[in-house]
Amino acid sequence: MGQSGKSEQKPKAAITYYPGCTMKTSATNYERTALAVAKNLGIELNELDDWNCCGVVATLAKDDLMHQLAPIRNLRRLQEKGEDKVLVLCDMCYNTLRQSEQFIQDNPDKLATINAFFDQEGPYKGGVKVIHFLQYLRDEYTFEKLKKKVEVKLKGLKVVPYYGCMLLRPKGCAIDDQEEPRVLKDLMETLGAEVVDSPYKIECCGSYNTVEQKELVAKRTYRIVKAARDQGGELIVLSCPLCRFNLDERSRLAQEMYPDFVPLPVMYYTQLMALAMNLDPDMLGLEKHYVDPRPLLKKKGFLHTDAAETEMSD
Amino acid sequence: MTEETIREAKQEVLGTITIYIMGKGYEVPSGLTIMSAIEYAGYKFVRSCGCRAGFCGACATVYRKETEHKLTFTLACQTLAEEGMYLVQLPFVPAAKSIYDLDKIELVGNTILEHYPEIARCVSCNTCTKSCPQDIEVMKYIQAALRGDAARCAQLSFDCIQCGLCAMRCPADIKHYHVAQMARRLYAKFLAPKTPQLDVRNKELEDGKFDKELDRYEKLDKKELVALYKARDHEEGDSS
Amino acid sequence: MHKISRKNEENELLIEVEELSGQNLYGCFQCGTCSAGCPFAEEMDLSPDTIIRYVILGRAEVLDSKTLWLCASCFTCAERCPRDLNLTKIMEALRVLLLRKKKDHTNVETCQTVVEHEKAIPQMALVSVFRKNTG
Repeated sequence: MGQSGKSEQKPKAAITYYPGCTMKTSATNYERTALAVAKNLGIELNELDDWNCCGVVATLAKDDLMHQLAPIRNLRRLQEKGEDKVLVLCDMCYNTLRQSEQFIQDNPDKLATINAFFDQEGPYKGGVKVIHFLQYLRDEYTFEKLKKKVEVKLKGLKVVPYYGCMLLRPKGCAIDDQEEPRVLKDLMETLGAEVVDSPYKIECCGSYNTVEQKELVAKRTYRIVKAARDQGGELIVLSCPLCRFNLDERSRLAQEMYPDFVPLPVMYYTQLMALAMNLDPDMLGLEKHYVDPRPLLKKKGFLHTDAAETEMSD
Repeated sequence: MTEETIREAKQEVLGTITIYIMGKGYEVPSGLTIMSAIEYAGYKFVRSCGCRAGFCGACATVYRKETEHKLTFTLACQTLAEEGMYLVQLPFVPAAKSIYDLDKIELVGNTILEHYPEIARCVSCNTCTKSCPQDIEVMKYIQAALRGDAARCAQLSFDCIQCGLCAMRCPADIKHYHVAQMARRLYAKFLAPKTPQLDVRNKELEDGKFDKELDRYEKLDKKELVALYKARDHEEGDSS
Repeated sequence: MHKISRKNEENELLIEVEELSGQNLYGCFQCGTCSAGCPFAEEMDLSPDTIIRYVILGRAEVLDSKTLWLCASCFTCAERCPRDLNLTKIMEALRVLLLRKKKDHTNVETCQTVVEHEKAIPQMALVSVFRKNTG
């Protein structure tokens, strides 16, 4: 690494981080790897001290203010703490917070009503920027800088990026091209992996229908994962905990429904980043996934049975 | 003379205020708690009354002052009656409780959610917090329960006296105090550090170390007991 | 038969849907792009473009369709509509109409909160399904 000393002298970039409920329960591995990756990159993620569930989905009825309270309450709290931006890991939290901020900007009269409701807490004036970690890595940290932090190139790993909905739709929330996004592709190539495209990369995983119509979601799982495999993919990479659940855990049901179905392992981009940056493999949390990615990773030489040093693969 | 002046004069000269119990007006002396004021007016509490010390949660009260539009929530035994209060007592809240066996349950992220799925409906409106007569941060502890943090839920809800006012007003039909009780039980069983001294003492009791002493006290008459009590070790200034 | 006219004040359903969604349903020219991109279209009894048609025609049976509750709010239809109609908002308006009549679609008590093996159905799935399906 050329510029010796320069990276040490630079102050750490600090940003407030909003976790959301799922990061504390079924996606602890996503949070843990994201925080470890951030630390390694010199990014300080400080969890917002007093946050509530954002509501997960944006409320779309024009006159509904009650369901705007949850996301706006978080934005209000951020502003109260003097923050003008927040970093989010969960795709759905990102989308909901972002849509609420847009709602505020478009409806100042409704903001006044909501602020009248926040009579004991204090008003929200609007203006907090909501950023997804992928956005931050691409736009503020940059992938060129990230390349220098890659110690283990994920060479020979055929990865299929899967985006789902919430980072791309509606337009106001899109962090990339809505029909042909490339942020995950660029990130994976920075890590040295081989990217395989899939026609289903921006199709909805089924979202909350997984609760009451899980067979229909399993049908989508079958279609999305099979297409990825048919294209030559070995592993699906994504960024949303609900997508992870639908493409990974629901593979179990898809196997029951479709005897010919062979699932693919699914990982978060932060877990792959942690691998590529040679961070402690014990914190990856891969045992939480239904389809175990470890055999594949071991076969490719990225994971060793003992936590001994990994040699720089070329 | 304005109404305001009449009212003030009445309070000063006669020492009385007007309160409204279920819409009917009564003159009661000022300086009484709501509970005492209602009893002064001639009502006898057969429900909605308990310890009279702010601890049991039986006397949940909703009131509105004549000059205001806001509804306020409090305990009848802990708040002084004021001029123009329109009072309603809430003796019972029919909140559903999840039945579980603490010996068979295990604590994972979703345990509380499994028993009280409606906590996922919380819209963070904070009405529960505003309804709490104990100034507990109710919404915060429900949010903690939602994300599987039983410890935080237990700690935040510690002062809860289960009056039920939060559950009555919640638009999502959450039964906050039952959720909190479950969190506290789970905390005590799985998360709270165990005191080794308790096990030691329990064993001593089971081994009969204190049997002789207990037998002795059981056989004493009242006069001897009182004498013993008065002669006990205590700090100066502590009245017996 | 209903007369299809902007001045049709008798079509209460349409008026309510337009008010709640902020969308001009008459803008739809039935191209079918929304249904083509919808991930759950093949499970639906009425496709998304048919739903719009029914509302315009004042056909109240649209409120009984399974479609409203299969919608995953993925916004694909809204983003692809050549007339810039936000169908996601239209679907939400129809759901909200029913939910506000005290007709919850999901029973909070009986819906599955755990997955057998892991007890880890993500919080976000439950929170979102309750938001969409209960009032």
